[in-house]
Amino acid sequence: MSDFDLTKAGEAARPMPQLARQGFEVRALKSGLLTGLTWLAALIAAVPLISVMYLLLVKGGSRLFGADFAEVLTGLPPAGFELGGGIGPAIVGTLVMVGIASVISIPIGILAAIYLGVLEPRSRLANTSRFLAKVLTGFPSIMAGVFVYAVLVIHWGYSAWAGGIALAVLMLRTVVLAAEEAIAQVPQRMKDAAYGMGCTRTQVIWKVVLPTGLPGILTGVLLAVAGAAGESAPLLFTALFSNYFISELSEPTASLSILIYNFSGMPFPNQIELAWTASLVLVLIVLMFNILARLIGQPKV
Amino acid sequence: MANLFASAGSASSVSGPPSGGDYAADSIFRGLAWLSAFLIIALTGYILWEILREAFPAMQAYGLGFITGTTWNVNAQQFGVLPEIWGTLYSSLLALFLGGSFGIAIAIFLTQDFLDHRVATVFRTIIEMLAAIPSVVFGLWGIFVLIPLLKPGAEWLHSQFGWFPLFSTDLAGPGMAPAALVLAIMILPTVAAISVDAFRRIPYKVKEAAYGMGTTRWEAILKVMVPTASSGLLAALVLGFGRALGETMALAMLIGNANQISLSLFSPANTLASLLASTFPEAGQLEVQALMYAALVLLVITFIVNVLGLAVQQYTIRKFEGKK
Repeated sequence: MSDFDLTKAGEAARPMPQLARQGFEVRALKSGLLTGLTWLAALIAAVPLISVMYLLLVKGGSRLFGADFAEVLTGLPPAGFELGGGIGPAIVGTLVMVGIASVISIPIGILAAIYLGVLEPRSRLANTSRFLAKVLTGFPSIMAGVFVYAVLVIHWGYSAWAGGIALAVLMLRTVVLAAEEAIAQVPQRMKDAAYGMGCTRTQVIWKVVLPTGLPGILTGVLLAVAGAAGESAPLLFTALFSNYFISELSEPTASLSILIYNFSGMPFPNQIELAWTASLVLVLIVLMFNILARLIGQPKV
Repeated sequence: MANLFASAGSASSVSGPPSGGDYAADSIFRGLAWLSAFLIIALTGYILWEILREAFPAMQAYGLGFITGTTWNVNAQQFGVLPEIWGTLYSSLLALFLGGSFGIAIAIFLTQDFLDHRVATVFRTIIEMLAAIPSVVFGLWGIFVLIPLLKPGAEWLHSQFGWFPLFSTDLAGPGMAPAALVLAIMILPTVAAISVDAFRRIPYKVKEAAYGMGTTRWEAILKVMVPTASSGLLAALVLGFGRALGETMALAMLIGNANQISLSLFSPANTLASLLASTFPEAGQLEVQALMYAALVLLVITFIVNVLGLAVQQYTIRKFEGKK
């Protein structure tokens, strides 16, 4: 009896809750405000990229897409007050050094990734190696330059070799980690099926793991190449710079990034214009590899 | 009968046990893979060893005074990197404050259903492209776009609020503010990418539970999603900080390479990495040793920060994968 009364009294005392959404409630307003701020933050974050791209196209494009584009792409860098000139040696130098770095780091990186991903993923060697590859990713890129300076440049002087090896040190970690991730995605069932047919581990890797993981591995490799092409700090005191086309791998070599760095500090408008042009060429090279990586890595349904 | 057995081993048959050649190829290939994995360890060790070896004479000569010293004078053979350590930490902290908050805001924007799936993909690609732009290009952009843009504002702030330590000098050209801003832009993609990962790891039912309790979208984000992702967000910030510490070229172009300690946002400063970049190419033997010591200091700082970040990240991954 008393129980019944109490419930009834409670129901009468408590008003029906307002369950409909209240647009002007403080909570809803706060939520709307924060949503607006997030949109603003996202738009602000896109401004630098748009600004950089716009200026590259306007300032760099005027020379690159102008009448003397052949001279810009193949000519030698101008001296002091000289007009005209180009960035030919730098383009060639960048490509040569990135090539050296790729030849060294890609095979080693993929082999190491095979060890980490397929052969002995849980061994102590694999764990240490994986951890160190991650730590190397956090290393400042200039450290590769300092290292190669200490090992090679002190004895044999500035050269394309030194620059390429410094870039290889940087590419290695990217290739290893990306390739391992791609290899780890290969389903265990496919490997088991191959083992069941009597394949040796090497045959499983060559005939099942690598072909299946290839898109992922290629993506990683291409991103590493893109990164290396844009690097400048490790080249500063390994490849140094040169005003002429590369004729031997054992001499100082020009690169686009160092050309941009050198020319950006010069008081001559011609050089600064060329720095913008070189930036545009560099960004186009880097983005080309990036977009290629994305296209290859896209999951095919 | 004999014919049947003969064909089993011949080349015309599809099946057969691995030949001796297969076994040899297998061991050689596995040996190569082992060697490559070992090479990563050896390389890391070799890098440390070489830098230590080259820095050793300077370590002996200057000791800890190198870290507390404030002058870099080749002729007097006085080397100290306190201003550079200060500049490295100060610029990275400023960048972390800006780039970190924007990076996490963007991660929220991308993962918390603000955008259509396809638009979110496009936006993520834009942020990733930001990461692909080389450091020198940002440096160039900073010199010719950012510094002229900042100058009027900096002048006004200095003239109105000159008593405030952050604005105590004028922006003459390169300085801390443009350097930190560019640094913030450069670490934003790192922070955003790792934060997106952290939010993605949260099972969807967590958000559903929050909405079921009647939270608004932002109450769900701030009171449920962010605390749940907090360790991942921390990892994002620490790794972003690590990236900022080691960034070289853009800073060498924008920070002004001045050997001084100042709180002012508009005064030129220097960082360890840009000290290396700007003095190494023309350094003599003694200075190279001192620079190796400076490289070692930078290495130790970034190593500590990165291992810390990796540990937090690992902890986050375990936390969520353990619960599955």
